[in-house]
Amino acid sequence: MPFTDTVRERLSADAREIMARYPEPRSALLPMLHLMQSEEGFVSGDGIALCAELLGLSTAEVSAVATFYSQFKRRPNGDYTIGVCTNTLCAIMGGDAIFSALQKHLGLGDGETTPDGKITLERVECNAGCDYAPVVMANWEFFDNQTPQSAKALADGLRLGEDIAPTRGASKVCTFKEISRVLAGFSDGRADEGVGAGPATLRGTELARERGWTAPSAPATAPTTTGEQEG
Amino acid sequence: MATTLTPILSEFWDEPESWTLRTYESHGGYQALRTALARKPEEIVDLVKASGLRGRGGAGFPAGLKWSFLPAPDGGPRYLVVNADESEPGTCKDIPLLMASPQTLLEGMVIACYAIRAERAFVYLRGEVVHVYRRLLRALEEARGAGYVGRNILGSGFDLEIVMHAGAGAYICGEETALLDSLEGRRGQPRLKPPFPAVAGLYSRPTVVNNVESIASVPSIVHNGPDWFQDMGTERSTGFGLFSLSGHVKRPGQYEAPLGITLRELLDMAGGLRDGNELKFWTPGGSSTPLFTAEHLDVPLDFESVAAAGSMLGTRALQIFDHTTCVVRAVLRWMEFYQHESCGKCTPCREGTYWMTQVLRSLEAGEGSPEDLDKLLDVCDNVLGRSFCPLGDGATSCVTSSLQYFRDEYLSHLTHGGCPFDPMESTLFAGASA
Repeated sequence: MPFTDTVRERLSADAREIMARYPEPRSALLPMLHLMQSEEGFVSGDGIALCAELLGLSTAEVSAVATFYSQFKRRPNGDYTIGVCTNTLCAIMGGDAIFSALQKHLGLGDGETTPDGKITLERVECNAGCDYAPVVMANWEFFDNQTPQSAKALADGLRLGEDIAPTRGASKVCTFKEISRVLAGFSDGRADEGVGAGPATLRGTELARERGWTAPSAPATAPTTTGEQEG
Repeated sequence: MATTLTPILSEFWDEPESWTLRTYESHGGYQALRTALARKPEEIVDLVKASGLRGRGGAGFPAGLKWSFLPAPDGGPRYLVVNADESEPGTCKDIPLLMASPQTLLEGMVIACYAIRAERAFVYLRGEVVHVYRRLLRALEEARGAGYVGRNILGSGFDLEIVMHAGAGAYICGEETALLDSLEGRRGQPRLKPPFPAVAGLYSRPTVVNNVESIASVPSIVHNGPDWFQDMGTERSTGFGLFSLSGHVKRPGQYEAPLGITLRELLDMAGGLRDGNELKFWTPGGSSTPLFTAEHLDVPLDFESVAAAGSMLGTRALQIFDHTTCVVRAVLRWMEFYQHESCGKCTPCREGTYWMTQVLRSLEAGEGSPEDLDKLLDVCDNVLGRSFCPLGDGATSCVTSSLQYFRDEYLSHLTHGGCPFDPMESTLFAGASA
C-alpha cells in the first residue's frame, strides 16, 4: 500500500536526518532500509522507491542492496522474529533440536510466519554468543542457554503479547518495527536496561579476582617519551 | 610458571552499570586520552608501534604499522572505521566487550583518531545485536556530553565526530573492504587490493580499519606504556587478549590472558570438559582456522606457534568439541554457513562452497563414495587463494584439517549408512528429559 502523504513526510524527514550523519548521503542507505522496516515491518516496493528518490538512485540499485542483507525482509515479517542459531557450535549444543521443536510447535518452515502475523521463525548464523550456546535471538535480543522447552515457552509468550525479558538485553523484547527504528539509529531510551554482562562473560574476571590474579602494574614512571623505546 | 589471567579490558565488567561513563571514569577511564592529547600525534603512532600490538580481528597485522601507512595529510578527510561486525563462527569477544564497556572502545577511538589525524570515525556494528547498538548510541551521547567527542576535545583543539552504524546481516562485511563498500551504502563485496584502505578506503580516502578489541587495547597501552604491554605475551605476539571458550567445557566464557597461554591452561581454568568426556577437536581462532585435536593442547596460543602447528590464532575463538560430536556434521554446518555467506563475487568461492556443501550433505547421509573425500580436497585446491578475500580460504580450513585428522570418521558414515552419532548426546541438555 503506498505511503500516505503524512507517513511519507515523516519518513522523509527521518531519512534526511540519517543522511546528514554521513559525509556522503548514500552511506545512509542501510539505516534507511531499517527505517522503512520500522514503518511497514518489511522493505516494500514503496520503501525501496522512497529510498531511491531521496538518494538519487535507481530502484534497481536500492533493491540490489536490500536483497543482499539477511536482516532486510522483502515479505511482511512477524511482530517477532525468533532466530535459532544453527551454525555448527550452537547446532551441536542443541540448536538443531530447538529449531525442529519450534518448527513442529509453530507449524512453520524456515522463514515462515504464523497466520496471525506474530512470529517469524528462522535459522540464524553465529551471533557472537557462543559461550552461551545454544543461543536463540528474539528480534535480535539474546536468549542464552536455551532448550526446546524454553524456546517454545518464549514463542508462546511472545505470541500471547506478554512482556518477555531477554537474558542479556532490554527489559522486554520490543517489536520488529520498534527494533528496526533503533537500528536506523534512533534511540529508544532502553540502553540502561538489562545487565552489563552475563555469567559466561564474567568467568575470567571473577576467576582472576578469586585467585588474586591481576594484570602487571604500570611502571612507576608512566611513559613520557617514546624516544626511549627501542624496536 | 603457569600463566595467569590479566584482566584489563574485562577488569570491571562485573560492576553494576559497567557500561556507563561514570563507571568507566571511576576506573581511570579517559586518563589515557589526556596523556595522548598532551603529546604529538606521531608519538602516539610510535608508541603503539613500539608496543607490538597486532590486530585482534584475526589477521594479526601490527596496528601501529597500519596507522603509519596513511599518506601525509593533504588537507582532505581521513577516517577511522572500527570493525564491530563480529561474525566469525565461534567468535564472541567484541560483542560482550561492547555490551559491558563501550566507553573503552570510544576512548581508544578518540586516541587513534588523534594519532592518525582523522576527524571522522565510524563504528560498523553488525545489525543483529540491537542492545549492543543501544549501548553504543548511549555511550557516544555520554562521551559527547563530557567533551570527549566533538569540537575542541578537552581544550586540545582536536575535533572528532563519531557515527554509530548498524549493518544488516552479512558475514562478509567483516572483511575490511567489503565493510567499506557496505558503509558506503552498497552490497558488501570485497575490493581488489591494492589499493589498500590506508591509501584509498572509505570514499576513496585514507582510512584505517581496526577491530574493536585492537582499538579498545589502545588506552591501556598509552596509559601504561609499550614496555608494560610487551612484558605480557611472547616476543612477537605481545600483550593480552580475550580468549573465548565455548562448547563442551564446564565453564565457557571470556578469559583475558597474555598471548601464548595454552588450551590446557585455559581448560584448567574453565573446569575442564563436561564430566567424563574427552576432547575431540577444537578451533584455535574461529571456524576459518584449521582444526586442532588433543595433541595440540600445549601449543602456545600466539600467532607464531599456532601457525607453526598448522593453524591460525585468528580471533582466539576456542570452540571445544568432545567425543560425542560428529566431525562430518560440524564441517557440513560450517560449509553451509560459508555457502550462505559467500558474496558471490568470485567464482571459486561461490561455486566451491556450493559444491562442497552438496558433497558433504551426501557424505553425512551415508551416501556418496570414498572418492568424494578426494573430490573435496580437489575443490579446496581450486578455492584456496583464488578469490579477492579470505572467505573462500577459510571455508577450506575445516575440510582439509578434518580430513587430515578424521578421515576414518568420514568413511564410517559410508559403512554405517549414515551418521553413527546420536545428536542428542552432544547437546547442552543431554540426559535431561526431552
